[in-house]
Amino acid sequence: MTSRTASFGLGDRLARWLHLAFCAAVFVFLIAPMLVVVPLSFNAEPYFTFSEGMLALDADAYSLRWYRNIVEDEEWRLALANSLFIGLAAAAIATALGVLAALGLASPAMPGRALVTGLLISPMITPIIISAAGMFFFYSYLGLSQTHLSLVLAHAALGTPFVVITVTATLAGFDRNLVRAAESLGAGPFVVFRRVQLPLIAPGVIAGALFAFAASFDEVVTVLFLGGLEQRTIPRQMWAGIREQISPEILAVATFLVAFVLVLMGVVEWLRGRHGHQGEPAR
Amino acid sequence: MALSLAGARVRAAALTLPLVAFIGVTFLAPLGLMLARSVHEPLVADSLPDTLAVLENWDGVSLPGEDVFQALARELLTLHKQRSLGGVATRVNRLESGMRSAIVRTARQLRNADPGSWREAMIAAAPIWNEPKAWRALQRSGERYTLRHFLHALDLERDSEGNVVAQPPDQRIYLSLLGRTLMVSVVITVICLILGYPVAYLIANSPPSRSNLLLLLVLVPFWTSLLVRTTSWIVLLQNQGVINDLLVAVGLTTEESRIPMIYNMTGTLVAMTQILLPFMVLPLYAVMRTIAPSQMRAAAALGASFGQAFVRVYWPQTLPGIAAGSLLVFILSIGYYITPALVGGRTGQLISNLIAYHMQQSLNWGLAAALGAILLVCVALLFFLFNRLVGVERMRFT
Repeated sequence: MTSRTASFGLGDRLARWLHLAFCAAVFVFLIAPMLVVVPLSFNAEPYFTFSEGMLALDADAYSLRWYRNIVEDEEWRLALANSLFIGLAAAAIATALGVLAALGLASPAMPGRALVTGLLISPMITPIIISAAGMFFFYSYLGLSQTHLSLVLAHAALGTPFVVITVTATLAGFDRNLVRAAESLGAGPFVVFRRVQLPLIAPGVIAGALFAFAASFDEVVTVLFLGGLEQRTIPRQMWAGIREQISPEILAVATFLVAFVLVLMGVVEWLRGRHGHQGEPAR
Repeated sequence: MALSLAGARVRAAALTLPLVAFIGVTFLAPLGLMLARSVHEPLVADSLPDTLAVLENWDGVSLPGEDVFQALARELLTLHKQRSLGGVATRVNRLESGMRSAIVRTARQLRNADPGSWREAMIAAAPIWNEPKAWRALQRSGERYTLRHFLHALDLERDSEGNVVAQPPDQRIYLSLLGRTLMVSVVITVICLILGYPVAYLIANSPPSRSNLLLLLVLVPFWTSLLVRTTSWIVLLQNQGVINDLLVAVGLTTEESRIPMIYNMTGTLVAMTQILLPFMVLPLYAVMRTIAPSQMRAAAALGASFGQAFVRVYWPQTLPGIAAGSLLVFILSIGYYITPALVGGRTGQLISNLIAYHMQQSLNWGLAAALGAILLVCVALLFFLFNRLVGVERMRFT
C-alpha cells in the first residue's frame, strides 16, 4: 500500500489507520450478515439465534435436520426445478437476443443508439412493482397468467439489460479491423461472427448469461404476480417462509444460495483470468 | 461508400430489432397497459350504459326523474343476476362511501318486486338514493376516461362543483408517503456515500492482488440473493435475534427492554443500506481506479498535506463517480419493494408497497396505476440525468 500511495506526515498516518478501521467495519457490515446465517442453519433447535450449546461447540447442538427437511420436501424440490427451468430458459432467450442487439449497438453505424440503449435498459431501471403489475395485466389478458411461459418471458425481459450491458462493454474494446480483415478474406457475416467475434467476446457473453440467470434465480415479485402454486420458485418459497412460517429451513436454503453465488463468482473470475484482462468490461 | 454506410446502418439496426421487438411486446406493452389503467376505467360505463345515458339530462341538483331510477334498477338487477354487481358497487363506493352497501342492498330488495314507483322502492331500500351526491358519484364513476386516480394519488379530489380541492386531512396519505419515500432514499444514498467512499478509495489504492480480494467482498453480497440478505437481517435484528441476545448477554440492555430494530423504519433503513451499498462502491471504484496515484505523490512532493491534496486533487476527480453511485442508489431506493415489505413492518413501508397493496388487496388498480405512473416519472427523470452524466454503458456488475 505504501508503494502506491503518497507519503504524508504523522497525523496522516493516524488518519490512514482510522481509514482502515472504518473500512474494516464497513466490510463486516457487508459480509457478516450473510456469514451469520451459515452456522445458524445447523442449529438443532428451531430458533434463529445461537443456543448455549452452539456457543459451547457442543456437537449435539448442531444438526442437519433442516437440510434433511428441505431435501425431502416436495415443495422445495418443485421450487428448485422451477427456478432452474425458468432461469435457464429466460437466460437462453435473454442471451440470444441480447448478444445480437449488443452487436448492433456496438456498430459505429447504429442509428439512434442512445434512444435504443435507453429502451433496452429500461427493464432494469423500472421499479419492479410497476413491471410486475403491468405483466400481471398483460398475461391475464392473454390468458397466460399462472403458466411457466409467462414467467420465462417476464424473466427474459428483465434479464436482457445485463446481457446487453456486459456484451456491449466487451465489444467496446473490440478491434473492428479484425472484422474488416475477415471480410476482405471473403468471410460472410455469419462466419465473421462465429469465427472472429464470438470467440473474442465469449467471456462477456458467458458473464451476461450468468447474470441473466442469477437475476431470474433471485426474482420474486413477478412470481408473486404471475405464478400460481405450480410455478413456485425458490425465492417465492423463501418469501412465503419469511412472511408466514419462519423456520430455520430458510437458513439452510440461504446457505445453499450463498454457496451458489460463491461458485458463480468463481466461474466469472476464472473466465476473466483465463482470457486475461483484454476482454474485461469497462469498469 | 454512401451505399455501404446505409447498408451498415440497416444491418446494425436489424441486429437490435429482435430484442427491441421482444422488449416492446413483453415489457413496454405491459407497462403501457398498466399505465393506461390510471386514466381509463370503463367498467361502470360498460355496466350501466342506459342509466348513464338518461342521467346525462339530469340537472345535477334536484332528484333525478323516475326514468333514471327505472333504468338503474333494471341494470342493477341484470348485474345482480350475472353476479357482476360487486365490481361496479366497489368502484362507485370509492367516490362516495356507503354506495357499495346501498347498491347491493337495493339490488337484493328489488329482485322479486315490480313496484309501481321505482323511485320509492329504491329510496326505501337505501335512503342515499334521495341525495344528489349518490347520483353524482354514479355519474362520475361512469366516466370512461378520468383523472381522478391521479388527483387521488396527489391527495386531491373534486368537490360537488367539480373544483379540485384537497382531500380531508385524515385521507391525505399519498403525498406524505411519497415524501417519506424520497426522504428515505436521500438518507440511504447519503449513508451509502459515507460508507462507500472510503471503501472504494481503499480498493482503488491497494496493490492489485489485494484490491481484487477486497472487490470480491463487495461483489459477493452484490450477487447474493436479496431474500438471503433480507433473511439475515431478520436473524440479526429481531427481538430474539443475534444482536439483541448479544446486547442482553453483555448487559447493555435487559431481557425486558430488547430494542425493536426490525419490522419498523430502522429495519428498512439498515437492510436497504447494506443491500444497496455495492451500487455505490462499484461506480466510485470505477472512477477512482483511473486516477493515477502519482498525482497524490506529486501534490505531496509540492508540500501539500494529505487533506489539501485530497480536497484539491483527488475529490474533484471523483465527482462523476459520486454522481453515478448516488443516482443509482437513489433510483433503486425510491422503487424498492421487497425489503420494506419483509422487514419494514407498518412504519417502514415505501410507495412501492402501497402500489402492491392497491394491486393485491384493495384491488384499486386505477389508483395503483396512477401511483405507479408518478413513481415511474420520477425514476425516468433521474435515469435521464444518470444517462446524461454517466452513460449506461459505464455500468458494471463484475
